[in-house]
Amino acid sequence: MNDAPNFLEVEQLTVARGGVPVIDIPRLSLAEGEVLSLIGPNGSGKSTLMLTLATLLPPTGGRIRCRGEAIDSDRARFAYRRRLAMVFQEPLLFDTTVFENVAAGLKIRRMTRGEIRSRVMETLELFSMAGFAERSASKLSGGESQRTSLARAFAIRPEMILLDEPFAALDAPTRLALTTDLERILTETGTAAIVATHDQLEALRLSTRMAVINRGAIVQGGTPAEVMNRPANEFVASFVGMENVLTGTVLACSQSVATVSLGGHAIELVGQAEPGESVIFCLRPENIAISTTDPAGVTSARNVIRAVVRKVIPMGIYNKIEIDCGFPLVAYLTSQSIDHLHLDPGKTVYASFKATAVHLLRRD
Amino acid sequence: MDLIYEGFAKAVALLAALDREVLDITWLSLKVSGTATLLSLVFGITSGTALALANFPGKRLVVSAVNTGMGLPPVVVGLFVTIFLWRNGPFGSLDILYTPTAMIIAQAVIATPIVCGITVASIQNLPPNLRLQILALGATRPQMVWLLIREARLPLLAGVMAGFGGVISEVGASIMVGGNIKGYTRVLTTATVMETSKGNFDVAIALSLILLLLCFAINYLLTRIQQRERPR
Amino acid sequence: MKLFSSLVITLATVAALVTAGTLPAFAAGKSIILATTTSTQDSGLLDYLIPVFEKETGYFVKTIAVGSGQAIAMGEKGEADVLLVHSPEAEAKFMKTGSGMERRLVMHNDFVLVGPAKDPARVKGSHTTVEALKKIAHSGALFVSRGDNSGTHAKEKGLWKGAGINQAGQKWYQETGLGMGQTLSVAAEKHGYTLTDRATYLALKKTLGLQILLEGDAKLLNIYHVIEINPAKWPKVNAAGGKAFADFMVSRKGQGMIGKFGVEKFGAPLFFPDAGKKPESLGL
Repeated sequence: MNDAPNFLEVEQLTVARGGVPVIDIPRLSLAEGEVLSLIGPNGSGKSTLMLTLATLLPPTGGRIRCRGEAIDSDRARFAYRRRLAMVFQEPLLFDTTVFENVAAGLKIRRMTRGEIRSRVMETLELFSMAGFAERSASKLSGGESQRTSLARAFAIRPEMILLDEPFAALDAPTRLALTTDLERILTETGTAAIVATHDQLEALRLSTRMAVINRGAIVQGGTPAEVMNRPANEFVASFVGMENVLTGTVLACSQSVATVSLGGHAIELVGQAEPGESVIFCLRPENIAISTTDPAGVTSARNVIRAVVRKVIPMGIYNKIEIDCGFPLVAYLTSQSIDHLHLDPGKTVYASFKATAVHLLRRD
Repeated sequence: MDLIYEGFAKAVALLAALDREVLDITWLSLKVSGTATLLSLVFGITSGTALALANFPGKRLVVSAVNTGMGLPPVVVGLFVTIFLWRNGPFGSLDILYTPTAMIIAQAVIATPIVCGITVASIQNLPPNLRLQILALGATRPQMVWLLIREARLPLLAGVMAGFGGVISEVGASIMVGGNIKGYTRVLTTATVMETSKGNFDVAIALSLILLLLCFAINYLLTRIQQRERPR
Repeated sequence: MKLFSSLVITLATVAALVTAGTLPAFAAGKSIILATTTSTQDSGLLDYLIPVFEKETGYFVKTIAVGSGQAIAMGEKGEADVLLVHSPEAEAKFMKTGSGMERRLVMHNDFVLVGPAKDPARVKGSHTTVEALKKIAHSGALFVSRGDNSGTHAKEKGLWKGAGINQAGQKWYQETGLGMGQTLSVAAEKHGYTLTDRATYLALKKTLGLQILLEGDAKLLNIYHVIEINPAKWPKVNAAGGKAFADFMVSRKGQGMIGKFGVEKFGAPLFFPDAGKKPESLGL
């Protein structure tokens, strides 16, 4: 911990709409150059929070500090707004050329023509849009439009950039390409950023820290690995793709390994619990290995369960396979593996997973 | 039939000869309606933008009132402007009744709601987040308003056309507040009415043709700008 | 964008220039508001007289050509400096209110009863107005009235009253609410009869196809007076200007011009100068 204040500090922030509270954030911070992703489903309050952080929406209560200084007057808000940039889901480009669009923020700051020209071209270069400078913004594709919008935001060299679902309206390949570029540019420029998204993979790629938001409150914050593997509750678990959320009774517990009874099986997991307790635990589908022969003795996994294939659902690059272990379980397999193992419904298989792959969610 | 033919012949002759009086009348029409339109742009765009961006109870009512005002009958405006400008009326000391200035005022009153209404509609048609995006780019409020107006410029040009077309072709208010004074407040429409009542149909037809030509030329010009502005 | 900005700048410049060019009106006291009847404007008489008056005196005349009724109403409110009207009864009433200062006889022309050449009511050959109007009323042939409270309209209503006919609301009686020229056009289009001043009729004759069916009755005289508005009642009135115009109208020069107006074009004068005469001498 160093002594310099964070770029952004939020305390007791509340926003109400028509008397109904929609945002309630006791604490949120963003360090200099840090990239935070804000993930949550549609309607969770991401956009409202982003607008409030940009001071484009007045909060009902609480305060925002930038480098320790409270943003509490019109003058402070204006000065703060000049240090940040925001990109929305829609490109919101002006009906003029790409160059003029990227120059907009610079013109607002009354920079000289020469400065504007070099800054715009430099920024367009960064987004591989240099060849589009004199193009009309209304004739761009969705991806090109959003690149222009991002370039417009980065051209002003913001100290923090707020990205509100920037790629949500784009098709998958375009989104992938833009995510890659954005990741590189954020790293190169060292700009602090908050990325609101409902796409956990986008969040994983872009950010060093994640905050999960639901119904206007942050339900979990931490590194992507923490959030992905050790969700704080069922909501986070299901939102980050923990498809297997199970309930069982603790049989025994020693040296932080608990044995839980479920569907006639004893499942070992890492965690502390009292015997006789009912616990909820979860398991990522990609952490389950499927084989047609009993892998006991071959695998180091502590849990091996015999099961019957119920259903194979193709999901594009992988397949989702539902099996019945006496309790339902979901695993992911490549198409090649499915063919190789002849995994048709009714087939008997063995599911194996490590005790460390099972995350204890909650004790009742 | 003869009358129509003669009318057109005379009209062409008058135009070809660049008759001094006809030219003066045409120029005055342009000056009066042009100035009135410009005034209405200043007031209409300002009030329209303010109205579109503001949020207050009763806003719908005000917008409806403005939209009704878009069809304000010129004679009603003429009557009220006359009453206000009477020597013994509230603004009598200005001594501007029966002057081009009075006509400009009346025409500006007619055109302002048209421009205001079109401004409200065009600003409200912009994406709702655009205003926030502009502020997020660091714009001051005046900069934000200017950028929004600039974004709405194409529909606003339609407002200019509607406003100008409305006032240059109206006669009721012009004749009431201008008085159709020869060489002073006689414009194309009032002259047309007078020549018709004098039975000089040929001159009346000539004046109407000029009026049509003028309207066409102005609209053609603005349409060209509109199309040039729409980027390739 | 650049085009848009430059357009805005150009328009603003034009506006500034135009406003600057339009506003220098005429110095206060140098302009006169003359409220008059459409017939004096539509006949072209004022276009003929006023430039001479303006040149001679340096005044600028704002001619507001409306019906006699409205012209007198403007006088009653002090909104005009001088009136040139032809509605003797209304004028007399107006003088009683004290709004007018001096009322002077200027000229007369006469009214004529015109109608379609076919003359369905057989008006032609009537000796008096009363006879002619009775024929129209009995035959039910269309009569087109100004209906605009003008001097001509007032005259016409007086004639009906004198003939003992209640014309108002009759099927054969239509009111246009328009000026003389347009009312003549309507009468021509609908093959109706109408009462018109001779000057306007002569000016429009070529386009109408209406014929004079009765003329010369003393009751058909159309008498114009010039009235100055009383500045004691309406302080804002340009009394000097109004007097100058009235003086010009009854001056030797003005009267001479009135007598000559129209002779060249129609072969006969449209108005007869009467300055200094008593109305009674005209046969009223």
